[in-house]
Amino acid sequence: MSDVSADLVIIGCGPAGMSAACEARALGLSVVVLDEQNEAGGQIYRRISTAPAPLKELLGADYAAGQRLATAFGDSGARHVGGAAVWNVSPAGVVDYVAQGRAQKVSGQFVLLASGAMERPFPIKGWTLPGVMGAGAGQIMLKGAGTLPRDPVVLAGCGPLLYLLAWQYLRAGVKIRALVDTTSWAAHLRALRHGAAAIRGWRDLRKGLELLSLIRREGVQVYRGASGLAIEGAERAEGLLFRHRKEMVRVPASLILLHQGVVPNAQLSWSVGAKHEWNAEQLCWQPLTDAAGRLGDLPIYVAGDSRAIVGAKASAIQGRLAALAIAGQLGQGADTEQRARQLQGEMAQATHIRPFLDVLYRPLDEHRIPPADDVLVCRCEEVTAGQIRHYVALGCQGPNQAKAFGRCGMGPCQGRLCGLTVTELIAQARAVEPSQVGYYRIRPPIKPVLLGDFTE
Amino acid sequence: MTTDSLFRLSNLAEGATVTIDFEGQAMEVPEGISVAAALLACGARDFRSSVVGDQPRAPYCMMGVCFECLVEIDGVPARQSCLIPVRGGMCIKRQSGAPALDIEDEGEGHE
Repeated sequence: MSDVSADLVIIGCGPAGMSAACEARALGLSVVVLDEQNEAGGQIYRRISTAPAPLKELLGADYAAGQRLATAFGDSGARHVGGAAVWNVSPAGVVDYVAQGRAQKVSGQFVLLASGAMERPFPIKGWTLPGVMGAGAGQIMLKGAGTLPRDPVVLAGCGPLLYLLAWQYLRAGVKIRALVDTTSWAAHLRALRHGAAAIRGWRDLRKGLELLSLIRREGVQVYRGASGLAIEGAERAEGLLFRHRKEMVRVPASLILLHQGVVPNAQLSWSVGAKHEWNAEQLCWQPLTDAAGRLGDLPIYVAGDSRAIVGAKASAIQGRLAALAIAGQLGQGADTEQRARQLQGEMAQATHIRPFLDVLYRPLDEHRIPPADDVLVCRCEEVTAGQIRHYVALGCQGPNQAKAFGRCGMGPCQGRLCGLTVTELIAQARAVEPSQVGYYRIRPPIKPVLLGDFTE
Repeated sequence: MTTDSLFRLSNLAEGATVTIDFEGQAMEVPEGISVAAALLACGARDFRSSVVGDQPRAPYCMMGVCFECLVEIDGVPARQSCLIPVRGGMCIKRQSGAPALDIEDEGEGHE
């Protein structure tokens, strides 16, 4: 096995990882960036450097804007290792990964976790059927492979990504059978309280409004204030059932793309044993860090959406701020304070709209904590909401005990797709706060590895 | 096994193609796209069956977190097909339920 070291090892090559690498290199640090994808860009700028021009045009200006950062990253002198599955980060900063079928390790004076976000699980009846995917997954099919839904598609849920995908699909000539919007009227009212802050982020707000008006102009059937979503079908998705203005509505579709926001992909910060706290606004766990993103006194920092959802622009700024702090720790780079102040100002600007978005697109309780007992919560081990409530009735106190009761969270996804649901389900059943219930103990390997990868 | 596909390749997918094999069926797909995207665009609906209830499953996240897209690639089981780019000649198989241990009955030394 190779024994490589660097001042800074970055995990994840999206906005936070790329900009951290650029900033750190400019300050003279040696940088290695490990990423699961072959190409730089993360999910938001997936395939940014090689996507055909018509695809870039279709995806829109916010996507194309990623090219500047990707180019700067390519020129930064950071060593980029694509196709790398990181399976362990030690508290001392040694990172184990598998690339090209070979186990390797690299040790950093400091490590930056920039593993981004994942779509919030959408545990409703039938969500495991073939033909049900995340809206983000639909967008990856477009960005990564130039593929589009063949038949009229149903988009359901809430959040900016859902509307952005609808807009991209319409531009590509895809037929949208229905946009089933779960944003509630009550949420619109609550969000008004954050209106002043949102107006300071007016550019983002205007973009969102423009998307919605275009979707309506194109004649898409929009059901606003929908609730009680369920997928119909036996062997595959056949339609979406939901409540709209007190009526049950059924829309047939073979492809249903669900979305209710994104949450931090915090598997790495959990696995190093860092403390996490429940974010009651974003309804997810987030690692406890200092202002620059450091995890306690570990030589490990977190930046971007894996720290808390802030979006691409703010993630890039956070990456730079973490790099500055790390350079400071290493005694490199002069006058970083002024640079940090400037970046903190940009950070405030880029996150003005966030509280407004968190309130407006807060996923409905019934779409996070399934009221029906027969809804699968743990997709891997096929554990239902009813079973988890039963465990609680038998005395189960939290997610780790739920494993012992019924293998919940012990399948290959290691709780990624059920963890938040299990925390909230148990909290609700015990009538306590999620913070009192806790989360799974995440242990390496956080990605599956083959024994063969370790042989010479 | 395959049927009307959920996704179609569009003129946004340009460039060279490669041929892969899914359950004995040859598929011509754009070079470099993920195995999962290629299968979905060629009509695969059902990538595997679940390990407890033997229910049909297919990709959900397309970014490596849900593990629903697991297939056997070139004889190696449980590969995340959304993370692996297609390569010419790749042989892909569905995965059925929980993997069974292939233990030959040697008949001695196992008391």
